[in-house]
Amino acid sequence: MKNELLRIDGLKTYFYTNFGTAKAVDGLSLTVNQGNVLGIVGESGCGKSVTALSIMRLVKSPPGRIETGKILLEGQDLLKMPISEVRKIRGQMISMIFQEPMTSLNPVFKVGDQISESFKLHQGLSKREALNRSIEMLKIVGIPAPEKRVNDYPHQLSGGMRQRVMIAMAVSCRPKLMIADEPTTALDVTIQAQILDIMLKLKEEIGTAIILITHNLGVIAEMAQSVAVMYAGKTMEYADILELFNNPQHPYTCGLLKSIPRPDLREQRGKPLDAIPGVVPGLMNLPRGCRFSDRCNRVCERCHTEEPSLFEVAPGHYCRCWLYV
Amino acid sequence: MTEGSVAVVDLLEVENLKKYYPIKRGAFARSRGIVKAVDGVSLTIAERETLGLVGESGCGKSTLGRLILRLEEPTEGTITYDGQNVLGLEKGKLRRLKEEMQIIFQDPYSSLNPRYTVSQLIREPLIIHKKGDSPSQKKRVLELIKEVGLKEEQLRRYPHEFSGGQRQRIGIARALALNPKLIICDEPVSALDVSIQAQVINLLQELQKKLGLTYLFISHDLSVVEHLCARIAVMYLGRIVELSATRILYDQAMHPYTTALLAASPIPNPNLKRTRIVLQGDVPSPINPPTGCHFHTRCPEVYDQCREETPVLEEVAPGHWVRCFRYGQG
Repeated sequence: MKNELLRIDGLKTYFYTNFGTAKAVDGLSLTVNQGNVLGIVGESGCGKSVTALSIMRLVKSPPGRIETGKILLEGQDLLKMPISEVRKIRGQMISMIFQEPMTSLNPVFKVGDQISESFKLHQGLSKREALNRSIEMLKIVGIPAPEKRVNDYPHQLSGGMRQRVMIAMAVSCRPKLMIADEPTTALDVTIQAQILDIMLKLKEEIGTAIILITHNLGVIAEMAQSVAVMYAGKTMEYADILELFNNPQHPYTCGLLKSIPRPDLREQRGKPLDAIPGVVPGLMNLPRGCRFSDRCNRVCERCHTEEPSLFEVAPGHYCRCWLYV
Repeated sequence: MTEGSVAVVDLLEVENLKKYYPIKRGAFARSRGIVKAVDGVSLTIAERETLGLVGESGCGKSTLGRLILRLEEPTEGTITYDGQNVLGLEKGKLRRLKEEMQIIFQDPYSSLNPRYTVSQLIREPLIIHKKGDSPSQKKRVLELIKEVGLKEEQLRRYPHEFSGGQRQRIGIARALALNPKLIICDEPVSALDVSIQAQVINLLQELQKKLGLTYLFISHDLSVVEHLCARIAVMYLGRIVELSATRILYDQAMHPYTTALLAASPIPNPNLKRTRIVLQGDVPSPINPPTGCHFHTRCPEVYDQCREETPVLEEVAPGHWVRCFRYGQG
């Protein structure tokens, strides 16, 4: 087993609204090893992004609140730290890439200034030094003519370029952990391939661990070493990549894998897809017992009354389902 | 260009279709350039066939769909539907033709009027085209809602009460209201969650079988297109670069862009170790497309000829059309 970098234990992040409490993340436990890629898959509203924001302590409060749990970065609990300490960790130890590069870059500052900020803040460099380092970073992420591009504003760049700038910012201080929240969802496939390539290259060079949040199982298959499948705020299944794809156990994981068209499987051609019936439940009105019970094709009586916990079905392979008790 | 030995009737034939948008600034400014959104596209769709149209954003695939429906007026070219020249039709006839051609939009959130109930939304096309009296229209709405897998009691609700997948079903019911033959599906599943995507794909396939529909399926997701379509056209910057039967396209893609596109789309199978061809650079702006072959700026196998001359779309094998100097070309 490699060194553990981040460990999340029983994390609960709730949002208090006028309509009730939304348990966006409800008892999540995860570990990320040094230099590894952990994929978090799930559909919209399953709590993937709130998990990321919780790690960064960026959950907006009110309405949100981290109720209980531990987020241990190399043994230090981020949730017990004063926010001034967390600020030092953000950007330096942990950084984040968001889905929409247009809204997460500041439109009124040049990209060079935005990348420079973390150099000035965390490493105390002068303006000139910081700008030079920014140019280097832009070169690393593959932006042509970086010495000209540092003077561009975000709107002058294409979507792929903006995401490169985001990555340049994220890796500028050689963080130990990078959280990428749907980093390629808004991009075209050929640009997506470029961005994924850069992320892998930087991971090798800097030794950064990555938490890759996405709904795209294809991206997970190409990038991750281990995968957590989330549904309505909880991990449903957790295993390493080959185990999860070759030997999925949870009915939800199986359902997800069967519901996507598979160009790699010839025998599936022309047949209807095995869709999961129903819709993702709202966080305010989850079914009783197992959260997936109303859509599950292998549901039994116990599922409607009691919620299963995460059982270890094989070494390192965890599954939240009564089928495996 | 049809596939197999059965005589297939072409429902739609598009020839050398072009749509240029002039760029103007200010009230009296002269044109500052032209966006060639669709630049000489020719294709046919046989009856009951699904033709896939793939390409990256800005390649003109949606514009092509809108041109076929005459939601936009083409700059040049012909569209023949069922033997009739769509572009030459007078108003009354065009209206009747439009009953037969419908569209399903990408975004189920913005394409439904939030002030209409589901019942009103589905009935709207029947009212506009003056189909039947009120009771028969209501009956038809009821039929349609069941056809797309929604319940009768949901008819009085408003779009915001539905999830994305259900909204897309409402959009499909609207498109079906007038018994169309041809439906342009413009990225109908792109905005949906994975598990919901499969439901909508299956619904589209069922409806096609049951009602004998013809689809032009526009998407950027190659695996969805592969699943649904018999033939696929690949577009790049306003031009079709390759067109062939799905199986042949996936197994023996010829155009370097198609190859790169296939290699870049991630496959959910970690056992597969693939060589990824990573294309350099972005899609060039359609305002100032590269000279010669539009793809030459990113092509890994570019010749000198590609920079100066424009290759034509040529049939290199029966039913397999490629626009590249590496194949055929006289």
